[in-house]
Amino acid sequence: MENIEARVKKIVAEQLGVNEAEVKIDSSFVDDLGADSLDTVELVMALEEEFECEIPDEEAEKITTVKQAVDYVTAHLNK
Amino acid sequence: MSLQGKVALVTGASRGIGAAIADTLAAAGAKVIGTATSESGAAAIGERLAQWGGAGMVLNVGEEGAIDALIDAIAKEHGDVAILVNNAGITRDGLLMRMKDDDWDAIMDTNLKSVFKASKAVLRAMMKARTGRIINIASVVGAMGNAGQTNYAAAKAGIMGFTKSMAREVGSRGITVNCVAPGFIDTDMTRALPEAQRDALVGQIALGRLGDAQDIADAVLFLASDKAAYITGQTLHVNGGMLMP
Repeated sequence: MENIEARVKKIVAEQLGVNEAEVKIDSSFVDDLGADSLDTVELVMALEEEFECEIPDEEAEKITTVKQAVDYVTAHLNK
Repeated sequence: MSLQGKVALVTGASRGIGAAIADTLAAAGAKVIGTATSESGAAAIGERLAQWGGAGMVLNVGEEGAIDALIDAIAKEHGDVAILVNNAGITRDGLLMRMKDDDWDAIMDTNLKSVFKASKAVLRAMMKARTGRIINIASVVGAMGNAGQTNYAAAKAGIMGFTKSMAREVGSRGITVNCVAPGFIDTDMTRALPEAQRDALVGQIALGRLGDAQDIADAVLFLASDKAAYITGQTLHVNGGMLMP
């Protein structure tokens, strides 16, 4: 779990060009980290590659915070 | 203008404008993949482009999943597409009063939907690369209209609107999206016109002659090059002064 969180935070920091320390578990990509809509699409693409999974568009739309991303990945990696 | 080492995909590269574009980009150093709708057409393109390290592949733009499969195959064999030229197009001319739904749908699928599909398919790699060139071949008809071509003009004008919107979406990632709008170019498509109609058309052209496929290819080469890095969302009209929008 912690491992996944760390990996997600690292990707978020890389994709959005922010310092990793700024990326908190409750951070919202758009409201807190300054992402635009295209950034969020790219972020999902990066998560798909990191965790070797495919996130359907309707699920991807619901991933707007670091916590939601961690929860999604955790739930789907355990399957 | 060197395109050394870049992979370029040109749809509809068998003849006419598409063939000239494919050859021109290849001569500038790009590894060009040209598509045709038949195996024999693809083989002929392959023979033509082989001297520059390019290849011909089959693509029926209307076929479900065909474009995605092609982009994947190109990425595996040659690398990610850095330059996409959406050139493939057909005509189904006729007066609106007599136009069948099929004539409309065929044009929309082949001339417009294919642009959406191919552009979407190459976008992921271009976003990651933070650079890319998409050049859509529109038509003067999309800007000025032409009796007997409501379907074709609608699709070509649609391409221009698509181009502007996509340019706004992906500009922040260093990807440019532009149109080249040919006027009346001496190709099989325009040779099919009746003599009287051709003469009337030439009368409207400031330079007093039909264009050559190479005129279009040179404009595409410019937009594909690093020299055009600050141009996006534009339609470059190459029509001998037939229309000055």
